[in-house]
Amino acid sequence: MMTTDYIGKPTNRVDGPAKVAGTAKYAAEFNVPNLLYGYVVSSPIAKGKITKINAEEVLALPGVHKVFSHENVPSLAWFDRSYKDDVAPGGSPFRPLHSAEVKYSQQPVALVVADTFELARYAASVLEIEYEQTAHETDLSKHIDDAREPGGGKTGYKPPKSRGNFGRGWEQGVAKVEANFQHGAQHHNPMENFATTVEWLGDKSLNVYDKTQGAFNSQQYIMKVFGLSKDQARVISKYTGGGFGSGLRPQYQLFLAVLASLELERSVRVSLTRQQMFSFGHRPHTLQHVALATNADGSLSGINHFAVAETSQFEDFTENVVGWSGMIYDCKNVKLGYRLSKLDVYTPLDMRAPGAASGSIALEIAMDEMAEAAGLDPVEFRLRNYADYDQEQNLPFSSKKLRDCYHEGATKFGWANRNPAPRSMRQGNRLIGWGMAGGIWDSATQPAQAKASLDADGHLRVQSGSNDIGTGTYTIMTQIAAETLGLPIEAVTFELGDTLMPEAPVQGGSWTASSVGTAVRKACQALGEKLLKQAQKMDESAFADATIDDVQFVNGQLRLRTDPDQAVVLRDLVQASGEPRLEAENSKLPGMLGMLKPAQYSMHAHNAVFVEVQVDEELGTIHVTRVVNAVAAGRILNPKTARSQVLGSVVWGISMALMEESVMDHRFGRYMNHNYAEYHIPVNADIHDIDVIFVHEEDDKVNELGVKGIGEVGLLGVAAAISNAVYHATGKRVRDMPVMIDKLL
Amino acid sequence: MNSFTYARPDDITEALREKSIQVETTKFIAGGTNLLDLMKENVERPTRLIDLNRLPLSQIEELPDGSLRLGALATNADTAYHPEVQSRYPLLNQAILAGASPQLRNMATDGGNLLQRTRCYYFYDLATPCNKREPGTGCSAIGGYNRIHAILGASAECIATHPSDMCVALAALGATVQVSHPTGERSIPFEDFHRLPGNTPHLDNNLTPGELITSIDLPAKGFEKNFSYLKLRDRSSYAFALISVAAALELDGDRITDARLALGGVAHKPWRDQEAEALLIGQPATSDTFRRAAAKVVEGAQGQGSNDFKIELAKRAIVRALKQAAEMSEEVNVNVFQNSNP
Repeated sequence: MMTTDYIGKPTNRVDGPAKVAGTAKYAAEFNVPNLLYGYVVSSPIAKGKITKINAEEVLALPGVHKVFSHENVPSLAWFDRSYKDDVAPGGSPFRPLHSAEVKYSQQPVALVVADTFELARYAASVLEIEYEQTAHETDLSKHIDDAREPGGGKTGYKPPKSRGNFGRGWEQGVAKVEANFQHGAQHHNPMENFATTVEWLGDKSLNVYDKTQGAFNSQQYIMKVFGLSKDQARVISKYTGGGFGSGLRPQYQLFLAVLASLELERSVRVSLTRQQMFSFGHRPHTLQHVALATNADGSLSGINHFAVAETSQFEDFTENVVGWSGMIYDCKNVKLGYRLSKLDVYTPLDMRAPGAASGSIALEIAMDEMAEAAGLDPVEFRLRNYADYDQEQNLPFSSKKLRDCYHEGATKFGWANRNPAPRSMRQGNRLIGWGMAGGIWDSATQPAQAKASLDADGHLRVQSGSNDIGTGTYTIMTQIAAETLGLPIEAVTFELGDTLMPEAPVQGGSWTASSVGTAVRKACQALGEKLLKQAQKMDESAFADATIDDVQFVNGQLRLRTDPDQAVVLRDLVQASGEPRLEAENSKLPGMLGMLKPAQYSMHAHNAVFVEVQVDEELGTIHVTRVVNAVAAGRILNPKTARSQVLGSVVWGISMALMEESVMDHRFGRYMNHNYAEYHIPVNADIHDIDVIFVHEEDDKVNELGVKGIGEVGLLGVAAAISNAVYHATGKRVRDMPVMIDKLL
Repeated sequence: MNSFTYARPDDITEALREKSIQVETTKFIAGGTNLLDLMKENVERPTRLIDLNRLPLSQIEELPDGSLRLGALATNADTAYHPEVQSRYPLLNQAILAGASPQLRNMATDGGNLLQRTRCYYFYDLATPCNKREPGTGCSAIGGYNRIHAILGASAECIATHPSDMCVALAALGATVQVSHPTGERSIPFEDFHRLPGNTPHLDNNLTPGELITSIDLPAKGFEKNFSYLKLRDRSSYAFALISVAAALELDGDRITDARLALGGVAHKPWRDQEAEALLIGQPATSDTFRRAAAKVVEGAQGQGSNDFKIELAKRAIVRALKQAAEMSEEVNVNVFQNSNP
């Protein structure tokens, strides 16, 4: 076990001052000299083709440089594989400005480049484009029967596995529930709009400031598409104003900005408008069916969970919607199904807790219905069906403290005081409802690299080309490095978001803390060994026979465990080396080998959520007045940033449950509420008490740090718990999210 | 955004003269909280902007007859928090504070509030036909997504709603809009200020293109004892009303001696219903009375699909708002919370 000077302590964000002071720069804020501005023209139709682009008038405007469209884009990479990024699903990736074909509404069809943003925007507004429209299909509910098994190709997608015999389990059941569920499409809408500033350095060499969750993913994409070398395509993304998955794939403004820069041999910026933030990946509209049956003792005799989701005509976007239903509870007979229907929309994209957020709504509302049908308290019902090992993968859990989540959450919430009868609790004019639900999320680790370097002033600089989408990566990596080499946190700088740095995976899947954290720790340990070797070179070194296990790094010193008075200041070791700094990297190999070994454990984080709603039944208004979210996610590196992660998840869950939906008018195949005024997410007045509990969970199997990641698990169960609470308050079961006023009238 | 020229006159005469030069394509701008959005979306494309902010129209002052004059350039925030408004017209205070956000209310002016345009999704999206934006192209909201659209007074050409909260209270209070034009001045009763869409949905109000709002005058009677502004929306703040109700009562014991009732989010204009008010006056302040008035308001209401629920919701909201106005108790206020943490 490592010492805990920093790890596990609430630590302020090290990047906080830069963000508050405005010195943290985002992609659209790099004002490189001689910059041109590109403005995207979006298709008003959902399907058809462009028959004519009349750019003459626009090109005649002084200051307009070029109108890019399919008519004049130079020949680029030919094969689909060149357009596939790390997170691409199977299929044929969308290529901006590739042909006259329009595949979805708001598709980018042209880029106007001008001396100023305002001019580009004006020119785009008067650019004449003629279309020939053909009939489009965008309504999933009309295409359930066309749905089919998805093709593979997306990393992390696991086709659901059925087991046992659900038919028999259903027959045997003494109590049964069966229902349909749905939620609409949702768009990530991070605060920072997508933007790319390309700095032209001459000779096809570019510095690309990109809004992304993975600088290396963007780099690979532009290298392959535009035939650039690694040296020509440096991608920089040091600050990201929210991602939630939207930055996992390179977005089209990156393509357009690089295209324009290479063609015009100038620096170019392309930024999207808020409306255009609805023109790419989204959480797909999903329809679900769940059937549950129980034996007389309240144990589940059968689980059936089936989902149909939308995807585009050109890619099969897959997510694990139903697989969790075969994992979280103990049941022999599980039947799972997942299908996709191709529609004239853009390909959906991973959005915070992709798949699980959707699937858990259906399963956890059904579990609430089942508990009631079986005459059991919802917590008691879940405890009776507790899975002690992962029946889907047939593996033991590396750790699973979900039981503690139930207990600690219920205690904190006061669940024991709940009158189980619907409509039984009231306060003044309002009905009170208490509901709960739970969730499960992968704890994954990806290969990652880091470099640590200590300079002669004793300052440690650690780099890994990861990203911080607001999650706290800067801070926890600084903590890990400081702790590993026993330095004060002020003596450590962690840097990320640059393809000149050691490679790290996209920030997503809740794997950054475990993956990059492990790399940082190992790089610092490697540097520690170098420092020990340097110490051993000193005359009459007290460390001559010491191994790394015999020493410790404390207070900026290297010292012997057995004789702490034998100490040497780290700074002095660098100075003695004669080098300006001592450096070390972690080895990538052990991580890679670990990936290839068959898994011995099922590694997951869990949570249990308890909520109170107040419903004004007459007016249909719902307020979530109290939430307790108990999370078991292994070691919590920084309780402060981790709590913020879970608070954000709860707010997101309230949003999913009560307000968030991209509403499409199928006559136009177009999302109509494509702005912040009409696409509703909670405001402060919607958020009341939120309590976050981190359940104590030690896990020495999941990774060296014992962390499971907390970016996503906190969202699970929140929307279902709210719907369950609304039922408890009103006796009305709402299975169609979001639950807005009209659904309760 | 298209290019435009800009002028910043110091007085009303000069502003009116500037406007008269190219009256159709010149726009006045004050707070700009709606016009700039519309220009960025290419819904509005003025060739010239006349900035009114130097005009001496930001005073809030009492007139000799006891009425209160709100200068057209008084900001929504200054109006809501003005001591005279808070004490004499608390209904207006509540309505203003139910709208937008503090930042917007700090910029938005009272005159501009009257002139804000609908939030119809299709009006804002140039990819879809809209009679209000482009007369004769059709109404996309009919048969489309119309959750926030009208249930009263709509036409086959437009079902948009007026988005203001402030105007609902002004309609209930019976305000008067003072207007200047190059050859004089006129007063427009609030109910006659905004229009129903009919077959001219591109016209939101009865101002002629050369006219300028100089003030909004509140009559002396403010209904400060019994009032309620109830706003129902899809989140607790920063959302336009699905239904809002401005209710004001004058009571003698439990008998209603005067009543005002206006709705927002239901029509192309703030919807005051004097027939419903007449059903309240002289009656006891009971739920039965309130229900009769509510039924009257939604007589002839028509849903458009996604907004069908608003007819029932409007009735319930009217009853609740009248009850809140009659009782003036926190108990029935939909926006007050206390959690039941044991």
